[in-house]
Amino acid sequence: MNTISETRQKSLLYLENVSVSFDGFKALNSLSFVVEPGELRAIIGPNGAGKTTMMDIITGKTRPDTGTVLFEDAIDLTKKDEADIAQLGIGRKFQKPTVFESHTVWDNLELALNRDRGVFATLFYTLSPEDKARIEEILSTIRLSHRKDELAANLSHGQKQWLEIGMLLAQEPKLLLVDEPVAGMTDAETAETAELLKEIAKTRSVVVVEHDMGFIRELGVKVTCLAEGSVLAEGSIDFVSNDPKVIENYLGR
Amino acid sequence: MISGFVFRALEGKIVVAIAILLGIAILVPALNLLTPPDSALHIPTYAVSLFGKYLCYALLALALDLVWGYCGILSLGHGAFFALGGYAMGMYLMRQIGSRGVYGNPVLPDFMVFLNWKELPWFWHGFDWFVFAMAMVVVVPGLLAFIFGWFAFRSRVNGVYLSIITQAMTYALLLAFFRNDMGFGGNNGLTDFKDILGFPVQADGTRAVLFAMSAIMLALCLLIASAIVRSKFGKVLVGVRDAESRVRFLGFRVENIKLFTFVVSAMMAGIAGALFVPQVGIINPGEFAPANSIEVVVWTAVGGRGTLVGPIIGAVLVNAGKSFFTGAFPEIWLYALGGLFIAVTLFLPKGIVGTVQHGLKARKAIKAAAEAEKGRDEAAPVVQAQAAE
Amino acid sequence: MTLKSLLQAFLACLILSFAAPSFAQSDPRPLIDALAKADFNEAEKLLGQIAASGDARVVPALNAFAEGDLYFRKSDNLVFIAKTAGSGFELIDPLTGTSAGQAAKNAVTKIKVNNNLRRVIRSAMGGLTLLSPDRAVRLQAADAVLRSPSPENLDLVEAALAKETDKEVKARMEEARAVSVLSSDRSIDEKRAAIETIKNLGGRNSLGILNSVSGSIDAGLKGDLDAAIAAIESEQQLWDMAQNVWYGLSLGSVLLLAAIGLAITFGVMGIINMAHGEMVMLGAYSTFVVQDVIRDNAPNLFDWSLAIALPVAFLVTGAVGLVIERGVIRFLYGRPLETLLATWGVSLILQQTIRSIFGPTNQEVGNPSWMSGSFPVGGMTITWNRMWIILFSMSIFVALLVLLKKSAFGLNMRAVTQNRRMASSMGIRTPWVDAFTFALGSGIAGIAGVALSQIDNVSPNLGQSYIIDSFMVVVFGGVGNLWGTLVGALSLGVLNKFLEPSVGAVLGKILVLVLIILFIQKRPRGLFALKGRAVEA
Repeated sequence: MNTISETRQKSLLYLENVSVSFDGFKALNSLSFVVEPGELRAIIGPNGAGKTTMMDIITGKTRPDTGTVLFEDAIDLTKKDEADIAQLGIGRKFQKPTVFESHTVWDNLELALNRDRGVFATLFYTLSPEDKARIEEILSTIRLSHRKDELAANLSHGQKQWLEIGMLLAQEPKLLLVDEPVAGMTDAETAETAELLKEIAKTRSVVVVEHDMGFIRELGVKVTCLAEGSVLAEGSIDFVSNDPKVIENYLGR
Repeated sequence: MISGFVFRALEGKIVVAIAILLGIAILVPALNLLTPPDSALHIPTYAVSLFGKYLCYALLALALDLVWGYCGILSLGHGAFFALGGYAMGMYLMRQIGSRGVYGNPVLPDFMVFLNWKELPWFWHGFDWFVFAMAMVVVVPGLLAFIFGWFAFRSRVNGVYLSIITQAMTYALLLAFFRNDMGFGGNNGLTDFKDILGFPVQADGTRAVLFAMSAIMLALCLLIASAIVRSKFGKVLVGVRDAESRVRFLGFRVENIKLFTFVVSAMMAGIAGALFVPQVGIINPGEFAPANSIEVVVWTAVGGRGTLVGPIIGAVLVNAGKSFFTGAFPEIWLYALGGLFIAVTLFLPKGIVGTVQHGLKARKAIKAAAEAEKGRDEAAPVVQAQAAE
Repeated sequence: MTLKSLLQAFLACLILSFAAPSFAQSDPRPLIDALAKADFNEAEKLLGQIAASGDARVVPALNAFAEGDLYFRKSDNLVFIAKTAGSGFELIDPLTGTSAGQAAKNAVTKIKVNNNLRRVIRSAMGGLTLLSPDRAVRLQAADAVLRSPSPENLDLVEAALAKETDKEVKARMEEARAVSVLSSDRSIDEKRAAIETIKNLGGRNSLGILNSVSGSIDAGLKGDLDAAIAAIESEQQLWDMAQNVWYGLSLGSVLLLAAIGLAITFGVMGIINMAHGEMVMLGAYSTFVVQDVIRDNAPNLFDWSLAIALPVAFLVTGAVGLVIERGVIRFLYGRPLETLLATWGVSLILQQTIRSIFGPTNQEVGNPSWMSGSFPVGGMTITWNRMWIILFSMSIFVALLVLLKKSAFGLNMRAVTQNRRMASSMGIRTPWVDAFTFALGSGIAGIAGVALSQIDNVSPNLGQSYIIDSFMVVVFGGVGNLWGTLVGALSLGVLNKFLEPSVGAVLGKILVLVLIILFIQKRPRGLFALKGRAVEA
């Protein structure tokens, strides 16, 4: 076992004793959670377990009442807002696919590119050859090259999910938070998404929240089960799914 | 860099609009000044001023379109920026009256003599100097927009809440400018102007030049607005309108984006007000009335928000209609305007230009979709995931 | 109150008490007759004796003397009260009030009076009536002395005090005595006690009395006097504050009335109804029409006009609301900014319709008798119409709260608000719930219009003046929460009235607007906002 400080030093993301409540309802209750660099982690748990709230806290949308949230053991995320945290290298995919529907697929990616995001820099921005190549590259990764000039609104549900993942890639994050990426996808799409995420996780850390146990099995990674705002169990999928508390709280008998 | 920025602005309909504006900037004054009054082509001076007024309204609607059509901020207080620009111009014009006022005071405007004031309030200093006054035309509305927006956008006041507090802002200013102690002429506002840059404001020549200036400023602002919305910044702007949180999580500072747009828009509104005042000959607190600001919204909606050219068309059409109705059937006008509000929101949510554009795009989209269908069949269902760097 | 009306009031009371037996020790008639030949100095002495007689029957004579209606008959030097009758006078016995026949003008001579005498007469009368057998008269007399104290009365007041048995009258006389002591040459200790009594009495009047003697008071009492003045002033400040709170609550309840319908349409349904003000206006015009019909057909029902107007206004505006919802708003759900524009259009049409029918000028809406007048509470005045409006708006609030919390309709409404799709799949007809919710909000605006017609001008622009304030209240209080609307309305009302005295009404209003704008920055969802993920959904 590592000591706490060693765990912290090695971590990419470090949450300790994080609590937050809304009007008396404790959404997170002394949650502690660590993600190491290059790790792909799955999070499961019943509705209301605090999965989305945890993501809100990591990305600066919600401020915790108490607790520590550190990025790369140095940066206190509780003091930063969404834009700061995104620029630090944490990308987030929403539960409901959120892309710019009145922009083309290409423009969606262009906006997401990790370039200077200041007002004047964007006003006078011109597309450089490198940026162009990078967008083409991502387009082929998410398999939307043939639809690059179409409005995002016209994409299918699964394609919108991929476009959003593509936008996160364009952001070049160190940590990717992905909320239910395969909800509403066909089995084939689900399998492809699992491959895509595994591939992405080779170069960065990814945290996936998902209900689909088959998908998580497919990922084959360490699983954290949340319930009532804190960690119930952590370990391999087999370990977690045999834990009596997990069975009672989430999986059911 | 700048040239790229401007060059991008020159999209088809914008070029046409700018060309038309520059054309009438020359043509209308020429027909007014160079043709004999009995000629069929002659445009009487009152009509020149009336059209000039429409162009000022068009500029105001353009300014609103930038924030509402592209950024999704429905400002119900743009009349305030317009009026502030107007007051800045009015103050310059008041100082030009000099000792020709009723009371003949060389320094103090008539209303100050009437209120028994002994000296010019500090905020009136400098307004006798044209360059300073023109700077104030954009600085004052810009500053107000900056302060207001800095607070509002940073604390993420959104949607209807923002609309309501912008309305409260212009209402507060309305009440403030009605007060005599404010030093802006109270109820009566500023009027009885004599000349501008030494030229009498009532003269045909001056009116023609003011008209031309209105058309040119409108063309210039249209160019700037187009350059903004067609830059990457403009795409971010639309992103803010459609999915604000996505923009935020991509790392953009949404508050700065909104603030910049709001300030630019307020400055344009200020310019519109400044051009408006010498052409109508008066500025009074009534311009701050919340109803005025809401009317601007309907011009924009009628023409088509998010199209830049649409609001210009909308402002001119609605105001021409207003001039006609209030002259011919004054009873009917409010019914017509009210009906227009309802009809546009129910049946023409994209406005005139938006609907035409949408029709054209839809045809293109059908073609594109057909091609895409072909493309999808060809793409092999193999995952080609790759290292992202 | 002028001296004359005061005297008349006394007279009226006295005439009522005439039947009561007098407890005069001696017949004052010779004293009165002696006035005929007396000069001013002698007359003053005589008046003192008359007053000392303690016989209340002389009051009419004294009154006539002060008014210059006292004459003596040249033939026998008897004194009478004279009334003009034809070319001459009718002579009235000064004590019994019975007629003593006619007299020609030249048969009588007026007894001269000057201001000094009038003053003496006044205090004599005040003192005399202090001994009246009628409790009400004594109380009034004590009040009169309290208001215009004079040292001459002191003995009388003390005499009356000794005899007085009624507790309230005694207390009042005690105060009257204290006031008189201050301007007399009594001892310092007595005066100190008097200052204490006046201080406890409080009120603007006492403050005036203390201030008026502060120049002439003995040096040793200056400290006590100033302390007493300060004490009364601080008490007065408390009353002023209470009065401000009252005005604020009254304004707040007007705001509440105007805003509460909006709290439903905006807060519960998310509809920006810019025509809300016009619903209030329609309600006020309904009142006007109802009163008009009553005036023409059943004027004796006028006091009931508001009670009749309430359901009429509710139904009229509710129906208009229903038409607006079915005709316009239902196509715009989920697009709040568009509803804002469309309803603004509706408001223009409604305004112009009313203007075409009734004309652009203010309409006269009457106050029923029970809404007029006022009554004092301590150091402040409360008008009945404000009082009723506060009570009325509170009862509307409570009724609405009960409707939303307890009724089946309220349950449906809340269900639709929270989860439209789920409510609809549970079999709730969401379109009808929407329509009736909107009609309810509009109907309440109409009821508000009935109340506002009592305190504001009824013109086509009535609604315009309330719409921004109403939005401010709802936004400030927090959307979707009726309690927030209540607290928002009352606190904005009170804040407004507290700013008004120091900065003026207009600047006060501007400041309130600016404060709200700043407040929204701090709490974008208002005072009583929902928190957490539910907000985003």
